[in-house]
Amino acid sequence: MLRRFALTREAALLAALVALCLLIATRFSGFIAPANLGRVFNDSALLIILTLGQMIVIVTRCIDLSVAANLALCGMVAALLNVAFPGLPVIMIITAVVLLGSLLGAFNGILVWKVGIPPIVVTLGTLTIYRGIIFLISDGAWVNSHEMSAPFKALPRAVFLGLPVLSWCAILCVAGFALMIARTPLGRSFFAVGGNPHAAVYTGINVGRTQFMAFTIAGALAGLTGYLWVSRYAVAYVDIAGGFELDVIAACVIGGISIAGGIGSVFGAVLGALFLGVIKNALPVVDISPFWQMAISGAAIIVAVILNSRSNRPKGRLILRTAGPKT
Amino acid sequence: MSDIPVVALDGIVKTFPGVTALDQVKLSLYPGQVTALIGENGAGKSTVVKTLTGIYRPDGGQILVDGKPVHFATAHDASRHGITAIHQETVLFDELSVAENIFIGHAPRGRFGLIDTARMTQDARALLDSIGAPLDPDAKLRDLGIASKHLVAIARALSIDARVVIMDEPTAALSQKEIEELYKLVEHLKSQGKAILFISHKFDEIFRIADRYTVFRDGQFVGDGLMADVDQDDLVQMMVGRSVDQIFPQRVHAPGEVVLQVTGYAHPTEFDDINFKLHKGEILGFYGLVGAGRSEFMQSLIGITTPSKGVCRIGDKITVIRSPADAVNAGIVYVPEDRGKQGAITDMPIFQNVTLPSLGKTSRHGFIRLAEEFDLAREYTQRLDLRAASLDQDVGKLSGGNQQKVVIAKWLATQPRVIILDEPTKGIDIGSKAAVHSFMAELAATGLSVIMVSSEIPEVMGMSDRVIVMREGRMVAELAGEELTPDNLVRHAAGIGMAA
Amino acid sequence: MSDATQTGRSLPDRLTTRAQRIFRSWEALLIVVAIAIFIANAIASPYFLNAWNLSDATFNFTEKAMIAFAMALLIIAGEIDLSVAAIIALASTAMGYAAQFGVDTPGLVLIGLGTGVLCGAFNGALVTKLALPSIVVTIGTMSLFRGISFIVLGDGAYRGYPESFAWFGQGYIWWVFTVEMLIFALLAVVFGVLLHRTNFGRAVYAIGNNPTAALFSGIRVPRVKFILFVLTGLMSGLAAVCLTSRLGSTRPSIGVGLELEVVTMVVLGGINILGGSGTIPGVVIAAFVMGLVTFGLGLLNVPGIVMSIFIGALLIGVIALPRLFVMVRGR
Repeated sequence: MLRRFALTREAALLAALVALCLLIATRFSGFIAPANLGRVFNDSALLIILTLGQMIVIVTRCIDLSVAANLALCGMVAALLNVAFPGLPVIMIITAVVLLGSLLGAFNGILVWKVGIPPIVVTLGTLTIYRGIIFLISDGAWVNSHEMSAPFKALPRAVFLGLPVLSWCAILCVAGFALMIARTPLGRSFFAVGGNPHAAVYTGINVGRTQFMAFTIAGALAGLTGYLWVSRYAVAYVDIAGGFELDVIAACVIGGISIAGGIGSVFGAVLGALFLGVIKNALPVVDISPFWQMAISGAAIIVAVILNSRSNRPKGRLILRTAGPKT
Repeated sequence: MSDIPVVALDGIVKTFPGVTALDQVKLSLYPGQVTALIGENGAGKSTVVKTLTGIYRPDGGQILVDGKPVHFATAHDASRHGITAIHQETVLFDELSVAENIFIGHAPRGRFGLIDTARMTQDARALLDSIGAPLDPDAKLRDLGIASKHLVAIARALSIDARVVIMDEPTAALSQKEIEELYKLVEHLKSQGKAILFISHKFDEIFRIADRYTVFRDGQFVGDGLMADVDQDDLVQMMVGRSVDQIFPQRVHAPGEVVLQVTGYAHPTEFDDINFKLHKGEILGFYGLVGAGRSEFMQSLIGITTPSKGVCRIGDKITVIRSPADAVNAGIVYVPEDRGKQGAITDMPIFQNVTLPSLGKTSRHGFIRLAEEFDLAREYTQRLDLRAASLDQDVGKLSGGNQQKVVIAKWLATQPRVIILDEPTKGIDIGSKAAVHSFMAELAATGLSVIMVSSEIPEVMGMSDRVIVMREGRMVAELAGEELTPDNLVRHAAGIGMAA
Repeated sequence: MSDATQTGRSLPDRLTTRAQRIFRSWEALLIVVAIAIFIANAIASPYFLNAWNLSDATFNFTEKAMIAFAMALLIIAGEIDLSVAAIIALASTAMGYAAQFGVDTPGLVLIGLGTGVLCGAFNGALVTKLALPSIVVTIGTMSLFRGISFIVLGDGAYRGYPESFAWFGQGYIWWVFTVEMLIFALLAVVFGVLLHRTNFGRAVYAIGNNPTAALFSGIRVPRVKFILFVLTGLMSGLAAVCLTSRLGSTRPSIGVGLELEVVTMVVLGGINILGGSGTIPGVVIAAFVMGLVTFGLGLLNVPGIVMSIFIGALLIGVIALPRLFVMVRGR
């Protein structure tokens, strides 16, 4: 078991991540203190959750460019609900935005499944539509911290068993995904559809429906993240998480999820998101301008995709069986 | 054993635009027996497999399961009736584990409807043990070799309680030891009462494991019966059938100077030590079983793959060809076997397909001259007697035979010295076949040198001046004149000892 | 027998007339959409039919369209470049940096175009030499190129461009016709001819339809793709010159999100995102459609972000409607 793991992409990525942390520790030893690592994890929690959703979408040979817009729309709805009904329990708000997020995701999915439009076109379109709707419902105004109720803002920060609820959300999502992918027929069918859609049909899997489910689940997670984002930063406006979809895709690519579909793992997705999170948090402490972050993550994507393509290259088939001379 | 077939095809007809792939064929599979399906390439074997597994819906005739007519709307329907196929490129999932591959779609469930992975692994191990396969159920499929993937596919067939197992060229990529293990497995499946359809070109293995045979030729049923009642010569006779001379053009060939000389061509995995000379106006046949390395060698001649060693001389000049563009410039062109993927660009019109490699001729300084383009396309489509509404029609709308004519026209328009035709009449109707054959004869007569890769014995016999037989990536025989007989071809290609 | 030109029949060139083909094309549908939007705008706002207003409106699309022409070829060939907006940022940064040292306008333009070419070549080399998927590569270089701008500029900005540099983004050729319009028109012709009238354009279509068959037909597929990436980089550099000249300053966030608008314009123009088909006239009309929608809604005081709803809906709608129509009719 251990030997098999040692040869995987995930193991290599984990080693790279540990090496990166140790490298940072040589400049600032406090970085690898448990409390700081916890902070880094908490800071990466939102990215981790979205990366999980994007992972299953990419595994089924699709892509979702609308996740950040979906997040922003759900976040704004959460904030507006809170302002309009300050007494509404937070759990109701979360339920509402998770539902809304899955609907927005399902809309992407239905266009891909039933109308047959390429995913990149669908989500490019819905990306701008969802952002536009935020403006319509908010009139372009900001919802600021003082307008939000205390419980609304407090939840992600509340500490439970030594970790903030935000971190727990990410941990629960990761656990839930690990369970879904390892132990449910739907989880396995994502990989079947992406790995060999032709064969998936033989085994009775509906390819379009599976892709639809991936979009819907990714949408639900974007809805959840919408609430968490807005409550954590205590502000909602049209442009929150602008361009964040690219960070999410970057985390997937670094995490070894193949854009061609069929290849990826929960562990890889988490590591990919953490890698970006560590870089973002480390730059200030090692005295590098945070403006380096973007270029570094870009370089990391390119290196990751080069390494992935090397390890996934198909082996040549062998016709020549014996090396002996011809008769 | 029971005399009622588990599955039977009765009068099945399947047509594609311009081709009748299956013409009223019948086939019966009995429980506990292995039926070998025998026929040349293009006889309709793969169409039968696709009909049985629900990929194709027949245009006529009946599929009977236990004597009752059934209708397969999808591949899943066929699998629900217990019919499963093990293909050469086994239809499984590389990124899933062995156990997951065996149980995908019907995994054992535990609490909360979750997959019971422990039980799944356990069941998978039991199944693998029952067929004597030493595989780790947790290993990922991508880490296994082809032989092991076959074992997984067989375990899957057992797990879904398949009643009919179709094995399509299962030994094509296996070593001798692996083949022996596969035979044992087939015996095991037989003992469990499964009906097995075994498709193979290799006579030794057919005689080794089959109980019954069915022979197809050109999409038609030729005969069936018990293996005990026939010998190899009978089967070859049934496969090859018709008298060879009738339908092929008569040609007289006087060898001209050497146009192409290949010395010591080798490739790390696909072929080794290929040597031959090709003369002006000659038709040189390359015969062999599927996977003998013929296409791979031809593609290295035109620069798709690079040989690890070897020299190619065109005329008397050593020529290095690194890309198809180099090959066109050197005067060697290749009409590929896979017309849809490598030959025709189906969503582009005929004239644009024809002129694609010759755009230099129909343009000035890189700018297209439409009138000249149409002229060139018209000239060559006319020479090939292409049937189409206009030159502006998309190639995808034409029949297979006419698509092939477009591809050949495309290459002739470059005015090559050597043309390589890879399975030139595969999947096209009899009428177009004859046209392609007579056209090949004309080309040779005008001094063009032709290499023809073919797995159809009559075609090889009828068209070639000389035949090179390849097996497992090597040249095993060069036949001409008296020696060029169907029997010799089959024996050399399959590696059967020569009968007295 | 020696002459193989016996039996065959001579095929007609085409069965449809030019008028029939135009009438049935995607471009015809787009023109109808464009005219409808034009009329709706003219009715909705009295300020619409004003030459100077219309002229100003063209800035909405001229720079994007420059990139869209090259992107159209790239997408037809089955690739994509999402780093174009980042190339603008990097090229603009390079020009701003050079301007600090008193480099004059011709030098700045060369630097802008050169940066674009280098970035395009970098993308092209990664995609063709290492056989990587272009969508991932260009998401990576998108961060890399703009990231370099951020490293150089931080939260600062370059101003100090020479006065003559303003000509590209602010100059007029004659009356209401801007320099950018002239560049747009010239490029429309150049790219139209390149795609529809040259061997290179034919190779682009062949590669997009069937890269394997194109390779087997003697087309140097990697070389053509590499050239297309360089061309896209060059056009991004040119757009950077125009945009920088128009704004008169460079910030690292210049042109953020512009790549998605370019792709939208290309797809709206009828270019198949999966490669193989589409025309330059389609892209030209799509540019006008997007420009008209943005401008018309702007006159009605609709904010830019809401306009994006219309653009997004247009993008999905024009692709979904024909498909839905076929599905409904098929029942």
